Amino acid sequence: MIENGTAELNIIWTHNFILQFNITLHPIKFSHLFIQTNMSDNSKNAWAMPAALAIPKEGYFKVEEGRYGPIFPKTPANYGFTVIVKVKPGREQAIREYGKTIEAAVKDSPNVLAPLKLHYLRWVLFDVGSGLHFMYQGIFDTDFDKYLEDAIALFNSTGVTTVFTNLEGWPDDWKTNVSAVTKFFREHQRPSFLEYGEYPNASSDEIKKALKLKSAFSDMLDEMQ
Amino acid sequence: MLELEDVQHYLLTRPHATIAQYNFITFCNAESGRKWVKDLSDIVGNAKTVMAASETDMRWVSLAFTFNGLRKLGLNEESLSTFPEPFRQGMAARAAMLGDTGINHPDNWEDKITSDDLHAVVILFAKDQTEKDRCIKTHDEYLKNNPGVEVLSSLLLEAVPPFDYVHEHFGYRDRITTPVIEGMSIEPTPGSHAPSKPGEFFLGYPDETGNIPAQPQPEEFSKNGSFLAYRKMREHVGAFRDFLKANGKTIEEQELVAAKLMGRWRKTGAPLVLSPDKDDRELGFDDKRNNNFDYEKMDPHGYACPMGSHMRRMNVRDNSVSRIQHRRLIIRRGGTYGPYLPEDTADDGANRGIAVFGGCSDLARQFEFLISVWANDPEFHELNERDPFAGSIDGPYEVTIPKRPIKKKLKGLNAFTSVTGGAYFFLPGIRGLKYLASLK
Repeated sequence: MIENGTAELNIIWTHNFILQFNITLHPIKFSHLFIQTNMSDNSKNAWAMPAALAIPKEGYFKVEEGRYGPIFPKTPANYGFTVIVKVKPGREQAIREYGKTIEAAVKDSPNVLAPLKLHYLRWVLFDVGSGLHFMYQGIFDTDFDKYLEDAIALFNSTGVTTVFTNLEGWPDDWKTNVSAVTKFFREHQRPSFLEYGEYPNASSDEIKKALKLKSAFSDMLDEMQ
Repeated sequence: MLELEDVQHYLLTRPHATIAQYNFITFCNAESGRKWVKDLSDIVGNAKTVMAASETDMRWVSLAFTFNGLRKLGLNEESLSTFPEPFRQGMAARAAMLGDTGINHPDNWEDKITSDDLHAVVILFAKDQTEKDRCIKTHDEYLKNNPGVEVLSSLLLEAVPPFDYVHEHFGYRDRITTPVIEGMSIEPTPGSHAPSKPGEFFLGYPDETGNIPAQPQPEEFSKNGSFLAYRKMREHVGAFRDFLKANGKTIEEQELVAAKLMGRWRKTGAPLVLSPDKDDRELGFDDKRNNNFDYEKMDPHGYACPMGSHMRRMNVRDNSVSRIQHRRLIIRRGGTYGPYLPEDTADDGANRGIAVFGGCSDLARQFEFLISVWANDPEFHELNERDPFAGSIDGPYEVTIPKRPIKKKLKGLNAFTSVTGGAYFFLPGIRGLKYLASLK
């Protein structure tokens, strides 16, 4: 990517919208640019260049339709969502207890959430004066639209949907009505206006592979003593 | 249990046909359209009679309609609004999401398939050439007496030689894996999906969730119906054979490359997971064994069957990829069109390929997922490539073959297939057809 002081940046918001330009700069300057570095799949070392991306209010740069509506873009912090919903009165304890249910589900079957291509989930309950709210924030390697039905099925089997039934506006017919569930998530999604990645574009599979390799390599060195 | 006497036979049984013709139909006015539906609905075969049919019973006509077709026939706006979004929009409108871009864009599709005037398709099956000529002639003559209905375009489907096994123009054996529906007294072969609930393919029945999903209204029309996703793909046989030659020195090496693209050996369908180094005819034709494998335990790295092969993308057989594989099934129907290109003959540039209908109850969850994600998502297994056959590939092609010590990339100059047509249809039950015919 960087050769003789010439860097080529491919700026890609989505797979369909590509701007390319060449800049001659000292490489060190790049960390000051608040732009998305090369996110294309053929960039081998995109992870090496920390990057931030400012996102418009709508949450996307250009409308790109998925099966269930516009797709939110991949950023240096991968795909993700932040869903914030008001909790029905008196349901705080029920929600907190489900934290343990999910903990047990993952313990029993560590790959239970694998199809969702997750990095992290964060569940937060908070009240800043307008009543108790639930925040569900997830970082994924794939956009939510693609694996929506997988997500709903997993939510059902792991009891996550039981948490959602404690939230205001959750559709009564969620078991049979995927579009109502989709609508619920879309209506409560709060897009980021800035996302940052210390190692952009690295998937959790790649990270796990790299750590496995590191561990295997260190074993190999031990064996060679 | 499915009402077999009310379901069109199309998705449930294959007639003993070697030839079919798709006639894409436009209705100049509602009255003529309804008369056509009424007259043809009498000869549409239902599943019960066709499954029991003798060799001489050949009522193998099937009728399906586009959203514009239902509107033209007079289904009211209130009912129309209850149909799902993908069907209302049509396939061409959803091309960007599906991945049909570049040369695969609907602007390049054939047979006037993207025309707003496309209202219906009639599928005529025949057991042989003579019977096909008779069917087409009968339908053409019928249209002379009903000038308000016209054939917009038609496509003839015929098996290609050699005739000893069912295959498409590249020579891959087909029809090895097909969903089985609960209550039909058919045992899935070992390793195949468990029988599907009828609601995965037919409206008005419980699906795999155990619930009956909301149906388009009125139910009198939609019950026992299915959605069909039509897909026409041109096969560039010359480009395919060049790819094999460029990546394999001997015939054996070329066959291995062909098998790596598909996941099965070309002429027998023997799965690579069970027979990674050489073809095995006995295995390929043994239904007890040819689906009896998984990837997660038997081939986790794809050394036998590459992650990016057609079969491993479209039927993932791996719980860490999907826990709801049984909710992504479609029933495929269709065949090959265009002239056979004999081996060792240079590509004559003729239009040849496959034209397939995928039947399901939910276009977005089943067909659109398969095409937009499993066929066309470059991020699938981080391969940065698309399905070699079902993917929409625009330009040079690459496929990753896991191999020790390091993976190998096979490269081709041109895609082997291009999407040249597509549309969504609704295939009503027999009562549904009568309901359409009776609209005012």
